[in-house]
Amino acid sequence: MAYVQRKIPFVGTPDTNPETRPFFDAAAAGKLVLPQCVQTGKYIWYPRGISPFTLGPVEWKEVSGAGTIYSYSVMERANPPYCIAYVELAEGPRMMTNIVDIDFKDVKIGMAVKLKFIQTEGDGPAMPFFAPV
Amino acid sequence: MSLKGAGYIVGAWEHPTRKATDKSVTLLHAECAAGALADAGLSKDDVDAYYCAGDAPGLGPMSMIDYMGLKVRHMDSTDVGGSSYQVAVGHALQAIATGRANVCLITLAGRPRSEGQATGTAPRAGNPAQAEMQFEYPYGPATANMYALCAQRHMYEYGTTSEQLAWIKVAASHHAQHNPHAMLRDVVTVEDVVNSPMVASPLHRLDCCVISDGGGALIVTKPEIARSLKRPLVKVIGVGEAAKNQSGGEVDLTFSAARWSGPPAWAMAGIKPTDIKYASIYDSFTITVLMQLEDLGFCEKGQGGKFVMDGNLISGVGKLPFNTDGGGLCSNHPANRGGITKIIEAVRQLRGEAHPAVQVANCDLAIAHGTGGSLGTRHVGSTVILERE
Repeated sequence: MAYVQRKIPFVGTPDTNPETRPFFDAAAAGKLVLPQCVQTGKYIWYPRGISPFTLGPVEWKEVSGAGTIYSYSVMERANPPYCIAYVELAEGPRMMTNIVDIDFKDVKIGMAVKLKFIQTEGDGPAMPFFAPV
Repeated sequence: MSLKGAGYIVGAWEHPTRKATDKSVTLLHAECAAGALADAGLSKDDVDAYYCAGDAPGLGPMSMIDYMGLKVRHMDSTDVGGSSYQVAVGHALQAIATGRANVCLITLAGRPRSEGQATGTAPRAGNPAQAEMQFEYPYGPATANMYALCAQRHMYEYGTTSEQLAWIKVAASHHAQHNPHAMLRDVVTVEDVVNSPMVASPLHRLDCCVISDGGGALIVTKPEIARSLKRPLVKVIGVGEAAKNQSGGEVDLTFSAARWSGPPAWAMAGIKPTDIKYASIYDSFTITVLMQLEDLGFCEKGQGGKFVMDGNLISGVGKLPFNTDGGGLCSNHPANRGGITKIIEAVRQLRGEAHPAVQVANCDLAIAHGTGGSLGTRHVGSTVILERE
């Protein structure tokens, strides 16, 4: 079936949790920026202003946007259906996202995907999604 | 100080309703409280500790204690979703063991069916100050697809099949046929399950639990009081609780928090999975059961699919009778929280009060495990091990 893009909802604003603003500012510029734990070097999902590995500081850094699908599920009950997934980034973390621009029967675990930003509805911020390479 | 044997479950009552259009949530809570007290042979004024979770309207115990006219000296409202009630049993034991409570009342009630909640398939927008909300809600996490992510990965890693998952529903349906209150009483086949409409791949409609109104309540008390009552003695010999989540991005969907809540409970009880005669296992979805069975040690990780096949969970047929009331998959899932009904059916089994068609012979050791929250994001597993004394 041809892919139909659903409207993407968002709650709050990029200022609701002020310390996560670097993520949204980068997304507006088409870049994926995540917090990196200063002490361990691990990238963190979901974005936050303190490291869950150490309760120490984070630095916001751009990641490549290359990844593979760790797991996925197509919500058939939605109209249009959508494919929620965890994508494992080349830099390590597994992040929640949707797989877009694909016939859902072709989605596979392990499949390589690339970053694509989609603006959320109501003039909300852009968010990272993933499409087949 | 070990909590083993610090408390006994002397009252256990499940509301018979599955659709309560004419009753409020608070009334359902109170009816469950009255039912459990009557079951125990105790009265309202014997209660000196009260426990509830997020299904209780208002400010938890403050509101419910007012509504029910209780006077307590200990209270707790730890809310971890459907597993809150196993957690409450453990916390009640702590209160009893430290002299802060004698008679602990735990209630659950809700009416998502009457209120028409599109539970499970519609993402719910929450408070954006909840740290993950802005980074998850745009992607449409409902309930069904969060458990489906685990099922998909389990299939990929271990070769688990939809047919194997279906056996869990088949077993539940075999039990539910004997429960006059169960929402789904028809016995189903593996083919029925895998041919039912896909909800969130790879989970079909019949892989999902029911949406029901209802509730339940428990009375936990100290040994001296338990022995003074006329009910069979059901002793709490093991408890454990643990939270699992995305671990900062180190997501691992292949196991549940039962891997961590189980071992302290087994150690406290001093028994092992093969000693268990009856298992109440949280069954929000078929995959929930399969993963918890593995994580509690009933089989090796990855072997859950083979373990549940061919009726192994059916009472009188298989080696591990489970959810003999029909469970959440067929009987009820009041307030979208199934923890308390898991404990209630385990108590029935240990008392010998389950339906004769599903009663396990010589049932002296049982487990009631809960998983609350979302298996694919963050959840709490809580384990209670019970012994017939």
